[in-house]
Amino acid sequence: MNNLNSWLFWPDQVALSVLVLFFLISIFLYAARVPAHNVIASVCNLASHAFRFAARWLLLTAEGLRQRNKIVLLEHGQAEVSSQIEREFERVTDLVRKELGEYPAVQRKMMDEITRIEEDYLKCGEVPPPPPEWVDALSSIANLKSGGDIAKKMLEDLHKSVQKIHDKTIAEYRRAYEGRHKILKGMMPFWRSVDKTAKHIDSNMISLTTNAKTIDTHMGRYEEMRSKTDKSEHTLAISSFVQLGISSLVMLIAAGGAFINFKLIALPMSEMVGASDYITNNLRTSDVAALVIVLMEASMGVFLLESMRITHLFPTIASMNDQLRKRIMWTALVLLIILASIESSLALMRDMLIADKAAMLHDLSTVAPVATDSLLTHIPMAGQMVMGFVLPFVLAFVAIPLEVVVYSLRTVVGVVLVMLMRAISFMLRFIAMIFHRLSRILVNTYDIVIVLPLLVERWVIGLRGGSVPVKSNDLKSRSAS
Amino acid sequence: MKLTKYFLLAFLLLPLIFAGCADNRSHSNGVYLLIDTSGTYAQQVTKARKIINYLLANLNAGDSLAVAKVESKSFSEKDIVAKVTFDRRPSYANQEKRAFNQKIEEFAKNVKGSAFTDITGGLIQAAEYLNEANPGNKTIIIFSDMQEELGKGTVRDFPIKLTGIRVMAVNVTKLSTDNIDPRRYLDRLSWWEKRVRDAGATDWFVINDLEHLDKVLNTQ
Repeated sequence: MNNLNSWLFWPDQVALSVLVLFFLISIFLYAARVPAHNVIASVCNLASHAFRFAARWLLLTAEGLRQRNKIVLLEHGQAEVSSQIEREFERVTDLVRKELGEYPAVQRKMMDEITRIEEDYLKCGEVPPPPPEWVDALSSIANLKSGGDIAKKMLEDLHKSVQKIHDKTIAEYRRAYEGRHKILKGMMPFWRSVDKTAKHIDSNMISLTTNAKTIDTHMGRYEEMRSKTDKSEHTLAISSFVQLGISSLVMLIAAGGAFINFKLIALPMSEMVGASDYITNNLRTSDVAALVIVLMEASMGVFLLESMRITHLFPTIASMNDQLRKRIMWTALVLLIILASIESSLALMRDMLIADKAAMLHDLSTVAPVATDSLLTHIPMAGQMVMGFVLPFVLAFVAIPLEVVVYSLRTVVGVVLVMLMRAISFMLRFIAMIFHRLSRILVNTYDIVIVLPLLVERWVIGLRGGSVPVKSNDLKSRSAS
Repeated sequence: MKLTKYFLLAFLLLPLIFAGCADNRSHSNGVYLLIDTSGTYAQQVTKARKIINYLLANLNAGDSLAVAKVESKSFSEKDIVAKVTFDRRPSYANQEKRAFNQKIEEFAKNVKGSAFTDITGGLIQAAEYLNEANPGNKTIIIFSDMQEELGKGTVRDFPIKLTGIRVMAVNVTKLSTDNIDPRRYLDRLSWWEKRVRDAGATDWFVINDLEHLDKVLNTQ
């Protein structure tokens, strides 16, 4: 309050003092009007240009980053599709070499079987029974005009002989059909064989057609990537996001496994390195040792899969000669088995330590120990040992999602960075625009404060018969420049 | 070949780096339990066993524990019934706990009441033991009615030093005179609190309900 009073000319007359003070300030501000307007315009222009410059730089950098990301993404995508196409061609080659390489032999076999079937078919053609000779004889007798008993006797004899011949013919006819049925029955395996061979060829052809379609699809994608279209870039970027999400989920599950693994060996590790040593205030040396064991298992898994050429995280291992690579593979496998065995025994030790502590607590308490079924107590122990042995191998497979995360993270981070830079650029441009408008607002506000001297100025100029200069237009033109 | 050398060097230097990172402060607990065996309070020893069992169950490998009796003149190593610094390995520590429990059992069977109660002498002895063992957290538990009675010629009216030690009085039973005038009980506790805090103790607790022993090792 005292501070305020020191500004007043007459502290007991506040209104008058404030009025005089305002009058003096107005005169000062009016006198400094032009340079003040210049300063406001310059400062706002400076800030606006600086922000616009920064926004433009960010936009250009973001574009450069996007182009670089695009190149890397397309290169990586091309390499991936190339390897897929190569694999498809390998499959086709294998199919052609294995199945169609034997095609002449299959064809010959089929032709032989078909010829045999044809022959058999011809053999079993129906042979018409010979026309009975007695039919002519019977016609001659029937044409006799008289004969009496002779004719009757002849007819009876003829009937007998016809009956005999008929029986004989029927028997022969049946025998012939039996033979033809036998031939047809013998044809059945050949038919089946031909059918099987035809189906086999058919399935191979379908497989070939499927492979060809897959190759076509891959080739289409490859061509799109080669032509560097935005669509292919967008597809690859989305694919990276999806892969990162899936791999992260798998990694999360693996992290859960690693945590269980850690819990299994943390307690028994205190038996090896001591329970009272600390690395930091809350971090026990035994816990760190257990963590190191778990991480070593994961590392061995990474090296194992890398040397098996399942993952490609280390170019050094990928470019090694096969002999050295196999040595690394066996070394990693042996070390992994050793670590798994150690962990299994540590899991057993953990169970023993817990049992020992429980026994000690029973000794301390006055309550009699609860009788336990030996089988029930052995099941968790066996379970822990099995988990201790199996979990390192399960952890070994974490190398696959890890590789995907490593490769897709670059793309995802790149895309997010570009988006972030664009957003910041937009914000900066917005701020620049605000500063640009702000200069006008401030100039007008300044003029409102000194409105009285300005009115006086206008009145004086009016008396002299001159025109009022339009400062704001000057200012506008300056701002625009 | 050059790269291999660097790797080898880095591998050899790794233990040094870890050693540099290691926290050299002690994180172990050291507990000294004073059991009052004077007069009728000697009958409370069975309750003291509950505290000892709690301590044995909750102290970890590397921790220290000592149990001493408070007699007519307690500033003596002879009054220490059992003391141990548990092995760094949990399995060995469990064996040591069993042996310790055995000693306490024998002591509880043969406890004899003393004529006087030298709590100050016991406190000085306890501080001496804890400072020698130098654990990260030092705790003295006094299992007593906190009524000090010194024999003729026993001098204890001088400032004592309990710097960095937590002190707690457990099972502070009310005497018949306390029942007549409770202020005597409250004054007695206040006097001990002042004496202990003046001696530089970090904390002072009174636990009369033995179901709430979790405060004993809770250093937060």
